[in-house]
Amino acid sequence: MSKYDNNISNKQNTNNMKFNNIKLVAIALLVSFSAYNCSSDDDRPTGPTGPNFTGTYAQQDQMARPAINTVFVDMADKNTFNTTVPSNQGAAFQTKFEAKLLALNPGYTTNALGFDAPTFTGALATDVLTVSLTGTTTFFDGTNVLTGRALVDDVIDTELLLIFGGPTGADNSGLTSDNVDSNDKPFLSSFPYLASPWEN
Amino acid sequence: MKKSKILIGAAVLTIAGFFAIAADHIDAPAVAGGTSDITDVYAFQGQNTNNVVFVANVQGFISPADTGTATFDENVLVEFNIDNDGDAIEDLVIQAIAREGVMYFFGPTAPSQSGLNSTILADTSNSNSVAITPFLSNAIVETNNGMSFFAGPRDDPFYFDFGAYSAIIAGDATSFNSPGQDTFAGQNVLSIVVELPKTMVGTGDSVNFWVETKRKQ
Repeated sequence: MSKYDNNISNKQNTNNMKFNNIKLVAIALLVSFSAYNCSSDDDRPTGPTGPNFTGTYAQQDQMARPAINTVFVDMADKNTFNTTVPSNQGAAFQTKFEAKLLALNPGYTTNALGFDAPTFTGALATDVLTVSLTGTTTFFDGTNVLTGRALVDDVIDTELLLIFGGPTGADNSGLTSDNVDSNDKPFLSSFPYLASPWEN
Repeated sequence: MKKSKILIGAAVLTIAGFFAIAADHIDAPAVAGGTSDITDVYAFQGQNTNNVVFVANVQGFISPADTGTATFDENVLVEFNIDNDGDAIEDLVIQAIAREGVMYFFGPTAPSQSGLNSTILADTSNSNSVAITPFLSNAIVETNNGMSFFAGPRDDPFYFDFGAYSAIIAGDATSFNSPGQDTFAGQNVLSIVVELPKTMVGTGDSVNFWVETKRKQ
């Protein structure tokens, strides 16, 4: 018996007690109970007795690539960035991202991807994560770039390198790695992949 | 030394109360510290290489002591968005929302409308659910039709010396420390993990992916 059936059963027990002198109601409830149990899809979460999923849900936060809103968006714009659909983010934020990039690294020319400031910030401003369906999925593994984001990926070092490292990655060597190179718990090789929570 | 570290830690937390912190933890005033705050998004090939895995983490900085009482907000829809034709507009969504200890999943399916407002696609044929794994319990996983589902507390997989970064941004330091100190060590998040066949999300070489949280109006 599913959780929903239990809910119905409890509800009907209450109803039966409440109206136990009205036989017609009791019979009607029994009939509906039987009919419901005979239904082939009685485990589906929809329908009048399942959880309520009605209503409109309005956007509050969104994210794809790590730390984009954190690093590139001014405080006054952070809520707006979170509620601008990705297809409009480039037009709305590329210029602001470029100004932020040049504030962070006034000496920026190009980066290890060969992107100048408008190209790099244009790519970043549309905050979607490209995910390969044909092979390696990584933020950056030394060879593949932006084909996904794996749990082990040192995404902060990748972003620091692209912001501060210059065309060869050798510039500003004190700013291109935070020297934290891995998570504080090992990941799992199988589903659900993330490590179990820290305990007390 | 130990005391100064504690003070730095306190300062980081104070700063965190007002300013954004990476990756997307408390990134903006409207969501900082709230139940709709996305902390990280991951997308990678599964152990079965025919599959892709999507992860959305919400509600960062949950201490071990607070993890047992941390819950998904039933008024917050977590929506996985998939664009499979390169226009940064979602073609498919996977919706996740909690009800009484169970995480319900709808999709992948085409949304009734793209953009900032959503209705829950409870009538889709791709309808699944998994019991939310309680703290200190083994991970509860549901599999159906080639898809796998998990929801519950996990270790925060993000790592970053945010203390050193903020010192640099504030002009109080000119480089990172070596070794660095992981600001996210020992912290938990609430995770939603979905694995599904690649063929269910697109037929091209890649898709674009992002996650949104949406609150019931």
